[in-house]
Amino acid sequence: MSTTANQKAGIGSVLWDYLTTVDHKKIAILYLIGGMFFFLVGGLQAMLIRIQLIVPENEFLSAQFYNEVLTMHGTTMIFLAAMPLLFALMNAVLPLQIGARDVAFPFVNALGFWLFFFGGIFLNISWFTGGAPDAGWTAYAPLSVFSEGHGVDYYSIGLQIAGFGTLMAGINFLVTVINMRAPGMTYMRMPLFTWTSFIASVLILFAFPALTVGLFLLTFDRLFGANFFNPDMGGNAIIWEHLFWIFGHPEVYILILPAFGVFSEVIPAFAKKRLFGYSSMVFATILIAFLGFMVWAHHMFTVGLGPIANSIFAVATMAIAVPTGIKIFNWLFTLWGGQIRMTSPMVFALGFIPTFTIGGMTGVMLASAAADFQYHDSYFVVAHFHYVIVGGVVLGIFAGLIYWWPKMFGTLLNEKLNHWFFWLFFIGFHLTFFLQHFLGLMGMPRRYWTYLEGQNLDLFNLISTIGAFFMAVGTLVFLYNVVKTQMKGEKVSGDPWDARTLEWSIPSPPPFYNFKQEPLVRGLDPLWIEKMQGNGKIQPAEPLGDIHMPNRSLTPFMISLGLFIAGFGIMYQGGMWVLAGIGFATTLGSMLYRSLKDDIGYHVHKEELEEEGDGSNG
Amino acid sequence: MKGWMSRFKAVFALTVMALILSGCGESFLSALQPSGEGASMLLDLMILSIVIMLFVFVIVMIIYVFVIFKFRQKKGQEDIVPKQVEGSHALETLWTVIPIILLLILAVPTIQYTFALADTSPETTEEGEELDQIWVDVTGSQYWWHFEYRDLEVTTSQELYIPTDRRVNLSMISNDVIHSFWVPTIQGKMDVNPTGNKNEMYIQAEEEGVYWGKCAELCGPSHSLMDFKIVAVSPGEFEQWVEDMQSVSGEEEPESETAQAGQQVFADNCMSCHAIGSSPNKTGPNLTNFADREKLAGVFDMNEENLREWIATKGEEMKPGNSMMDAPYDLSDEEINQVMEYLMTLSPSDVTPESANNGVYEDSDLSGLFPEESEGEGSGEGEGNSDSEGNNNSESGSDSESGNNESSGNNSEGDSEGSSSENSNDNSDSNSDE
Repeated sequence: MSTTANQKAGIGSVLWDYLTTVDHKKIAILYLIGGMFFFLVGGLQAMLIRIQLIVPENEFLSAQFYNEVLTMHGTTMIFLAAMPLLFALMNAVLPLQIGARDVAFPFVNALGFWLFFFGGIFLNISWFTGGAPDAGWTAYAPLSVFSEGHGVDYYSIGLQIAGFGTLMAGINFLVTVINMRAPGMTYMRMPLFTWTSFIASVLILFAFPALTVGLFLLTFDRLFGANFFNPDMGGNAIIWEHLFWIFGHPEVYILILPAFGVFSEVIPAFAKKRLFGYSSMVFATILIAFLGFMVWAHHMFTVGLGPIANSIFAVATMAIAVPTGIKIFNWLFTLWGGQIRMTSPMVFALGFIPTFTIGGMTGVMLASAAADFQYHDSYFVVAHFHYVIVGGVVLGIFAGLIYWWPKMFGTLLNEKLNHWFFWLFFIGFHLTFFLQHFLGLMGMPRRYWTYLEGQNLDLFNLISTIGAFFMAVGTLVFLYNVVKTQMKGEKVSGDPWDARTLEWSIPSPPPFYNFKQEPLVRGLDPLWIEKMQGNGKIQPAEPLGDIHMPNRSLTPFMISLGLFIAGFGIMYQGGMWVLAGIGFATTLGSMLYRSLKDDIGYHVHKEELEEEGDGSNG
Repeated sequence: MKGWMSRFKAVFALTVMALILSGCGESFLSALQPSGEGASMLLDLMILSIVIMLFVFVIVMIIYVFVIFKFRQKKGQEDIVPKQVEGSHALETLWTVIPIILLLILAVPTIQYTFALADTSPETTEEGEELDQIWVDVTGSQYWWHFEYRDLEVTTSQELYIPTDRRVNLSMISNDVIHSFWVPTIQGKMDVNPTGNKNEMYIQAEEEGVYWGKCAELCGPSHSLMDFKIVAVSPGEFEQWVEDMQSVSGEEEPESETAQAGQQVFADNCMSCHAIGSSPNKTGPNLTNFADREKLAGVFDMNEENLREWIATKGEEMKPGNSMMDAPYDLSDEEINQVMEYLMTLSPSDVTPESANNGVYEDSDLSGLFPEESEGEGSGEGEGNSDSEGNNNSESGSDSESGNNESSGNNSEGDSEGSSSENSNDNSDSNSDE
């Protein structure tokens, strides 16, 4: 994303700038580019799936290739598209919302991004080296253990590397929120997006270790002759399912909670009202996160855990509907009595409410353990989780991207094209997925490469595929809009939406140190308070002084690159062991370098700051 | 439980909804057109949950549409600042309590049904007397299904014959990866695990028919081709089928010379994996009643062309990744013809998938299959009773032996079959219905 200054600087130095940056705003842009790239890759895979299913007994893709495509579609969308795009928003906005100059650990922040990036690249190299993973994004053992070739090895090692990155990002945001809030920014004055990102980080901290353990066991089963999951050798395949879903269910909330946060920012901003029931929104978030850890077995109702376990998990799962319902009604009552402006972020938010309500409803239906014996692993489930993940997370990501685009790039995306994007995507989405509920109940299991004629499944599959094309066209409109807007490069003010929170009180894009002086926060929606009660400018909490900033560093890139190289050595073994040696040497050497070399950063001096205006959004 | 559900139905006029839903899909495949006890219960539960959820959805949508139209900013209102409402305890309480109540309404039958479906104990008659149980050991393999009727010495694959109006218990295990056994019209699905923990469930069909089953857990390239069938025939026909299947030893000599040659080719090349007659061999599908199958390999039309391609190519293109591709045989065209002719003679019974759709209903209480503790009336005398109401519950009268069979079904383990068919006939006289 080129700003005028960067264009002058030349390609090489821009590249170096981004390779070594530790600035949360630039890392946000890196996450955005990475996440969007993988979103397009995953979208392409989705189109392949839908084209294969457009008619019965289609021969467009082979059975094996179809399994690879469906596995990589899920894996890519969850780990390499949705999560990084949310991290892009968190990085871009969260420090600004709490009045911080950066995240708590800028170096670790960069490391988190590069680990994700190399993990994602590693996973996708499998396409060119004899086949991608083919055991589903859930990689159920023992299918994943028996899977031939190296596909699933790419899965286990690639996700391991990317997972380290996610874990670090989560810890970083936790510490940032706890330690870096500006004076006056108490917990109960934090914007909801910060709150939900904070809670999502807690979930990351507790959920990802389960995935890490599972992936290690899988790696050892496949590469080093362990037999954790191999039933022939006394292993237990069900353990994988537990480990995976103990991670996998909180993962759903890791994705959806920040999206809830986005809507809780967008809706008050464009209804011109404070969020209705702020404190119950916060507690609903915490409650969802808490309950999210005790429901994983609802993915396993058909495994044979027995009626007692199934009933307990069914009731626990239903309980989550209560805090989620509280949220829906609080959004509706935020709108009630407001002055609703139909800007494009708001249209995404309004599209989200009915869509997610349907997804939540089918969620409760799925929670009914006995009935799940019919829904489970059918297209009903496919429809359900696309309603919550596309209808919730993806709409949330785009609402957030459009809303905060001015803050990230200083430009405003074309509103008209955004509306086109929304309607194409939204209509396409419902066309694609609504009928899939019925397909599932009509007897179509999920992950079916093909379906026979004469089962009355043809028409709905055809409509579903047509809908997918609408979504694809909508996404292309968005990309066109991005390119067009950035080429034009028309700058906007620091507060183009007339919004309420702290990030809009500084210029767009913000200076690299964010806040010239630490802001003084006087309540919830600080900018709104100053607009109503003051002069519209946030008062500083400290006199102008020197600002301490971290130095740029290539070390995060090198640490990640080392693990990437080592991954190949571990996987191919034999003569390739040397790669593992080189890789681990690079990683450990970089870590050693980082530990031994004192890097105390630098100071931006008061005199320089005085030359640059007052640091407000003017 | 049933009365409770039906009262609910009356309240919400659920029949209307059932009608709408039943327009969906084919009657042999759709969960919305149940033909079995389990699937019917599950549809009830689904409809209850849909109604509750639609109630919530309608309320959300009414508020939603209202606020969007009512509170949209109009031209000239840009400077209006709405009242900044903090919240409302009353409203918060309202939309916490009502959902909890709605969820409780759903949770109670959910738990009841979850336990009811997991119950594989013997069925009882109206008089509280336990009926003999039919147990089938199901084995899932990449990409086919194997069925062994416990204690009946009947083995088959791909097409599972069951009597109508009688629960058949399944004990399921996998030979390789996880599969999932799903017959949407009869019963919800259950995973088939390789780990040694056998999953149990019952299936019960209320009407005769051939119901399609699917594998519902990703199990490899041909996951979508791992279909099977449930052939639900009347109890009398089922009993006939079992007896016919029991009589096959695999040694029977076919009539035509080609088929005889084919039998030899089969014995030399195929027998190590494929058994004919009751056999513990489940390396490949059991072929005892191969010629009666509705589908070849679960999914293809049963015709000469498909069969030839299957044998000649070992199903390489037809079912990618199937284990027959590793089979070492190499047959000439002539040998293939001979084997095909032999295979098409494998039709030990007149009871075939067609019997499920021919409208003939033969009643039986299946006591002939369980000689030691036979009860109830006749064992497949072929009365041709087409009264579809006539299930065994209404007919197996009070029995003098009721004291003996607290643990019937399991008692029959180890009993040799066939030794006491007379015994069962004797009993049948004493218990004929009024």
